Amino acid sequence: MQKQELTDFLKGLFPEAEFPENTQLPEMVVPAEKLHNTANLLKSDKNLAFDYLISLTAVDYLKNMTVVYHLESTQFRHVLVLKTVLNDRENPVVETVSDIWPTVEPHENEVFDLFGIRFNNHPMPRRLFLTDDYGFPLRKDFQDEVNIIERK
Amino acid sequence: MSSTSTIYDFSTLTGSIDASLHSWMAPGLALTAELVLVGLVFLTFYALLGLFLVYLERKVCAVIQNRYGPNRVGPMGLFQTIADLIKLLMKELIPIRRADHFLFNLAPFIVIIASFMAIAATPFARGLQAVDLNIGVFYVMAVSSLGVVGILLAGWASNSKYSLIGAMRSGAQIVSYELSVGLSLLAVVVLSGTMQLSGIVESQANGWWIFKGHIPVIISFIIFLIASTAEINRGPFDLAEAESELTAGFHTEYSGIKFAFFFLAEYINMFIVSAIGATVFLGGWMPLHIGNLEAFNHVMDFIPSMVWFFLKTFFLIYVIMWFKWTFPRLRIDQLLTLEWKYLMPISLVNIVVIAFIALMGWHF
Amino acid sequence: MSEEIIKNIIVKENEDYIINMGPQHPSTHGVLRLEVCLQGETVKYIVPHVGYIHRGIEKMCEANTYPQIIHLTDRMDYLSAHMNNEAVCLCVENAMQVEVPERVKYVRTILAELNRLASHQLWWSAFGMDLGALTTFFYGLRDRELILDIFEESFGSRLLHSFNTPGGLMHDIHPNFQKRTKDFIAYFREKLPEYDQLLTGNIIFQQRTKGIGLLSREKAIAYGVTGPSGRGSGFSCDLRKHAPYSAYDKVQFNEIVYTEGDTFARYNVRMDEMRESLNIIEQLIDNIPSDGHTAKMKPIIKLPAGEFFQRVETARGELAVYIVSDGNKTPYRIKFRSPNFSNLFVMNELAAGGKIADLIAISGSLDLVIPDIDR
Repeated sequence: MQKQELTDFLKGLFPEAEFPENTQLPEMVVPAEKLHNTANLLKSDKNLAFDYLISLTAVDYLKNMTVVYHLESTQFRHVLVLKTVLNDRENPVVETVSDIWPTVEPHENEVFDLFGIRFNNHPMPRRLFLTDDYGFPLRKDFQDEVNIIERK
Repeated sequence: MSSTSTIYDFSTLTGSIDASLHSWMAPGLALTAELVLVGLVFLTFYALLGLFLVYLERKVCAVIQNRYGPNRVGPMGLFQTIADLIKLLMKELIPIRRADHFLFNLAPFIVIIASFMAIAATPFARGLQAVDLNIGVFYVMAVSSLGVVGILLAGWASNSKYSLIGAMRSGAQIVSYELSVGLSLLAVVVLSGTMQLSGIVESQANGWWIFKGHIPVIISFIIFLIASTAEINRGPFDLAEAESELTAGFHTEYSGIKFAFFFLAEYINMFIVSAIGATVFLGGWMPLHIGNLEAFNHVMDFIPSMVWFFLKTFFLIYVIMWFKWTFPRLRIDQLLTLEWKYLMPISLVNIVVIAFIALMGWHF
Repeated sequence: MSEEIIKNIIVKENEDYIINMGPQHPSTHGVLRLEVCLQGETVKYIVPHVGYIHRGIEKMCEANTYPQIIHLTDRMDYLSAHMNNEAVCLCVENAMQVEVPERVKYVRTILAELNRLASHQLWWSAFGMDLGALTTFFYGLRDRELILDIFEESFGSRLLHSFNTPGGLMHDIHPNFQKRTKDFIAYFREKLPEYDQLLTGNIIFQQRTKGIGLLSREKAIAYGVTGPSGRGSGFSCDLRKHAPYSAYDKVQFNEIVYTEGDTFARYNVRMDEMRESLNIIEQLIDNIPSDGHTAKMKPIIKLPAGEFFQRVETARGELAVYIVSDGNKTPYRIKFRSPNFSNLFVMNELAAGGKIADLIAISGSLDLVIPDIDR
């Protein structure tokens, strides 16, 4: 499906989702509590069949945390950017999707490690790279006392 | 046997030494002196052989791998291994906490003593053999399999998981392959009718067993080559060390000269199995004789028996090195499958066939 | 360590025979730690522990301009350095809507394929070593050396060349480049059968790899296993075919897909890819257009506000770059989806139930580069 076609199809399927305009790839923003159901449907729907999760990451926008999922269908070769906005920046929590795409398990660990976003029902929650008492370095307000990296 | 073949007989030399010692010493003292003398000669030989084999392996693998190998220290890099030995001597012996220190220190000596004992029965040349036991083949097999005790001890006493896995693998491997080695040697014992190594060599005066014994002996020889490579933990059967899996297997925790003992014993063991193979299948120090070509046989007789022995031994050593640098390593279950499902039944059938041949006198 | 702590460790470990493969281990090819639980020789489960070489590249990028970022990407998958550079460059060029000259596209494609060849050669060498065939290492490196020499002559560095820059190439290729590359192709076509003679046909090698580490197509997709490892399972994921970039839409080549899904299939994919790479280079090397080695770029590169996504096929799989820009000269957030990261975590699926030796063969066949996992 082409970008416009895909967006229209998704609008019919997910009335509560938002679809930002003027983006490089088709995008869909869903509320955090709807994420798991949405993800399930994205994978199981015959016309969408998003069976391959390319990457999972997060962005700290200071007013909120956004979790970004890049999805692809190996059957139709269309790509979708699925986003969910977490307004509680101090204690962000979102449902895991590792039961839908197993590859996401280490990605979720990584996001927890670097952003402090917790994933409910994750099979093995742990910090991946850093020690347990380290901060969450990819948060914009992170201060490293030893190696100071300032954004100019 | 033509008279020329006795010109290189070492028994005249050893006999004269024996006589001169007895002429001015009490018999007991003379025996002690002889034992010390033989021990010293073997110790020197052992050390030099170990060094040379390490050098040889480096050169052989260099040839196989398109490179030069050691070529800086001494002429053609001959002193490289001596430099390495000095390095190993100077290295720290790292004590392992919570290891069983007595067994940990004992293990390298068991391994090296086992290989040292086996070398005693090897007939190097006509009349040059430390002990000519009438159960020579049996003795060599028994002694050479003692080394596994040292390997098991090393693995157990190191208190390291990698070492333990390596030792357990080695135990399973050597116990299995011992059978095939024994059965393949038994083939020639059946044909020659003696277990005495010198007797086996003498029985090949008119032709080596690999030529005289039809196809069954060739099969035995191939099985011996495979099984003995496995028995000395050389690639592709180096599962006990398996550096890509177990870092260094049973000698992971050893350092300095203790490690060098394991290293040296491996090479000496390679020499021993090659020497046994050469003695039993390729006629030992017997020169190559072809049927009735008198002139050819005569020329061959002029090559000293020691040269013949070492030529054959080093040929087998080269083949074993060739294995190591060409083949990937087997997995432990494939290794045991190879032994118990293929080599072992083939050996058993083979020995029956050979017994039949020997009974009917069909061999040459 | 006090005796008390040691005692605790021993009591805890008594439940399972756990060995730590790594962080220093000959066949993890870097500082990776695999916590392997054993039952005799059989592997019960594996837990990979990463982070030993985590440098925070993504965080560092937030403080660096785009041309500077290029040099950091080299240090992720150092064997696919060129493709990593290319991913960032393409992403930046797409965002700025810069059309690079044809020459740049051609040269980038040739370099990517040369880099893939070098990477696969090193993989072949190391894979043989993992399985105990020590001679492969010297054969592979002998041929890889020639590619590195070509790189050295043209870019001044052999491994991390950082030759790409947003908008084109750092400077033009060396005059000898075409001739030497053609010489190399002729040479390597002759030498490639040697690889097969030494390893592929070996009975022990086939026994060690056939039917080992089976990965179905569904599992490969679910675990996001891309690159040659994924294509060995029948997962058609070659981005050079599905989302062509640079000059890949101008060349004829086959996507290598094997459906067996075992270690031998992954091996075969890489062996055939080497031949395909030679084909691709051969089609391009004589037709490099001469319309300049860089597009006209502003002195300070600023991306428009927005989100940009670019995927390229490195030697190990799919590398995706995701840039969030706020209109500044540095990215607000940059994410590298590295192929090895996803490929590593399928290890438990593949190796559980096998032997220790299988685990080594499997990790070799996944061709992991550890700095790419940790970033």
